[in-house]
Amino acid sequence: MGIIKASKLIYDYIKRDEDGNPDGIKRAVDQVDIDIEAGQFVAILGHNGSGKSTLAKHMNALLVPSQGTVWVGEKDTSLDENLWDVRRTAGMVFQNPDNQIIGTVVEEDVGFGPENIGVPTKEIWERVERSLDAVGMTLYRHHSPNKLSGGQKQRVAIAGVMAMKPRCIVLDEPTAMLDPNGRREVIRTVRELNRAEQITVILITHYMEEVIEADRVFVMDEGRVVMEGTPVEVFARTAELKKYRLDVPQVTELAWELSQAGLPMSEGILTIEQFTEEIMKLYRQKSGA
Amino acid sequence: MAIELKDVSYVYEGGSPQEIHALNHVTLQIPDGQFIGLIGHTGSGKSTLIQHLNGLVRATAGDIVFNGRSIYGEGFSMKELRSKVGLVFQYPEHQLFETDVLTDVCFGPKNLGLDAETIRVRAREALDAVGLDSSYDTVSPFELSGGQKRRVAIAGVLAMKPDVLILDEPTAGLDPKGRDEILDQVAKLHREQKITVVLVSHSMEDVAKYVDRIIVMNHGSVAFDGAPKEVFAHYRELEKIGLAAPQVTYIVHELKKRGFPISGDITTVEEARQAILQVIGDKI
Amino acid sequence: MIRDITIGQYYQTDSLLHRLDPRTKLMGTVVFIVSLFMAGNWLCYVLAAVYLALMIRLSHVPFHFIVRGLKAVVILLLISVGFNLFLTGGETVLVQWGIFRITLEGLKQAAFMALRLIFLIMGSSLMTLTTTPNQLTDGLETGLGFLKKLHVPIHEIAMMMSIALRFIPILIEETDKIMKAQMARGADFETGNLIQKARALVPILVPLFISAFRRATDLAMAMEARCYHGGENRTKMKPLQYEKRDRLSYLVLAAYLAAVIVLGRML
Repeated sequence: MGIIKASKLIYDYIKRDEDGNPDGIKRAVDQVDIDIEAGQFVAILGHNGSGKSTLAKHMNALLVPSQGTVWVGEKDTSLDENLWDVRRTAGMVFQNPDNQIIGTVVEEDVGFGPENIGVPTKEIWERVERSLDAVGMTLYRHHSPNKLSGGQKQRVAIAGVMAMKPRCIVLDEPTAMLDPNGRREVIRTVRELNRAEQITVILITHYMEEVIEADRVFVMDEGRVVMEGTPVEVFARTAELKKYRLDVPQVTELAWELSQAGLPMSEGILTIEQFTEEIMKLYRQKSGA
Repeated sequence: MAIELKDVSYVYEGGSPQEIHALNHVTLQIPDGQFIGLIGHTGSGKSTLIQHLNGLVRATAGDIVFNGRSIYGEGFSMKELRSKVGLVFQYPEHQLFETDVLTDVCFGPKNLGLDAETIRVRAREALDAVGLDSSYDTVSPFELSGGQKRRVAIAGVLAMKPDVLILDEPTAGLDPKGRDEILDQVAKLHREQKITVVLVSHSMEDVAKYVDRIIVMNHGSVAFDGAPKEVFAHYRELEKIGLAAPQVTYIVHELKKRGFPISGDITTVEEARQAILQVIGDKI
Repeated sequence: MIRDITIGQYYQTDSLLHRLDPRTKLMGTVVFIVSLFMAGNWLCYVLAAVYLALMIRLSHVPFHFIVRGLKAVVILLLISVGFNLFLTGGETVLVQWGIFRITLEGLKQAAFMALRLIFLIMGSSLMTLTTTPNQLTDGLETGLGFLKKLHVPIHEIAMMMSIALRFIPILIEETDKIMKAQMARGADFETGNLIQKARALVPILVPLFISAFRRATDLAMAMEARCYHGGENRTKMKPLQYEKRDRLSYLVLAAYLAAVIVLGRML
């Protein structure tokens, strides 16, 4: 069993009428089976409303399954006695950078999690220092979060999670509200944590360029996992991705368009390097002929 | 000439040590009927610039001329300017407040003092323009999806029948489909109703696909201004100010560098596809 | 405008006042306010002014920053001054104008009232400007810890205050944004009578409330995700500990209060 495992996971939102009586249900997650190995960088893709955020909230026991089971660090998330273990194993970073920072000074916010789990004062300071260092925000430790850029705020949020020493970080669309620079900043930070600290990363997003270096990609649509594989395997199915309302990077799209027009291109081209290599080969063949 | 900026500057906290020059001697012409992309990283002055165009922020120096009249001139009605220059803010769905979609869209025209029938007709037309049929009229805006809410908010500005439509990152936070829907509708408005559009965006790919002119802002000044091909030809300089050209521009340049006969000023996937097929397409 | 509110905002710098224990500062503020209400004559106000000026200097907060906080209460100030000016009876009539009459006693009363309010606002701004909201709530939580025995949920109250303070600047910015967005749709907040003006606020208040609720839900989830479960078994990153400077401050405070009492009985 991996660090996070879901088996036949179903989650139903209960819609209520104005008096609060149940009035129909909406299945947000439908029969999902996933198993995530420790240390991996996993991306979950899907358009808005595909169920990816609902799935993410199960990994931190913010939601518990309507049916099926989710294990985090081999603990069943639906059992009350596992709640705090689950949340310490899998930390969570959310979309809106403003709405998840509790402290009014950067370092106090990073210390919030450790305070909650009863870490002794001296160790809190050590953890805060390490975490701020790991996300490159040490210089800003005495700043007010309101004065930071979006990307910096998200890095503070990541540090806040890191300070709880989780084995896994779940990031629920951490870049959706950021500009391109902020997005790069956050992705670089997360990738670095995955590489240097062997933290399992689960990145929920709809930006394709952010998943290129993931170890595994899951694509969700209508609450189900509809595609799964390495980025190359997933990107090779360009037509299918378009069907699920997702983009591919321009280089992948161009290669796909060319192969549709009859050029012999490999499937799932992800880099400019590989693309030019193949085109130049074709060009040389042609000029040679 | 719809809007002209003459040497416009805007300074925050003027005189204090924290003085910030949000705009620095900006001179620009926005002629009728253009589709303009406004680019710049956060803090480049682009948000301040667009708020000048409808008089929400007043320039500390310089003049802005709308249809031949200075907007700072005596007797100039800012209210009228705001109905002619429609500004859609970032995350515009956060300003919805009425109990149903149609009433919310009526807010703008109602403020213009039109009669009830005209207001209703305009609101309905605006909703049609963003692709929401009359079945949405009585729905609460808060029950809609993110993309739909945003379209209602855009309709709220369209219902004032502006000549110029300014959109501040209208696709922020939307998924690719939601993004395409909104941009396609804006392009259609521009095409069919000849509205001048200023699109503030972070996505070079989007801008390259839709606009016919790009204005790049940096440190409160205009860094580049021209057709997408001209502006993206400066991709090295763009990188220096924290921006980039669309990925396809890099692909084309790489091919060219390796000796593939292709023009360097390609900015969309479609152009690149045709150019490449022209050279090696007939092989098979 | 609303941006001018400085109460509840923290000014970041390093100073003696910044380093003081928040409990000391809270007590200091309370003592200062009490002293203002005990002040019976000019001498007391002079002393209060000197004391306040000294504290402002010690705080390294620029003076204009503290003054800015006053703008928000100008109306309140004018109203109370007006009331005192016109409604205080007295012997020495200075100006008589129809039914309006200003007496020397009224003038004195109004001036004292104005000073009292100005000093009060400046003094409390000084506390929030030199104390992070977290320290402030820590101070309240620890300082009022004894209330826990009376089943007052003091930790929860402190946490709520701290969060409210953190979100004040965010909500102010948001109000500004919503206002501009509605102005871009032709809304008019300046003209019209009181009722029209009040009605014009609906398009601002509704989105603002919705946004505040959304933020509250998000924040609650983020706190839960970081294992927040109330005050039990919680440790502190910055536990409060009185230092020598705090003990000294209490001495200064006691001396100041005594001086005000003594001066108040003179003359």
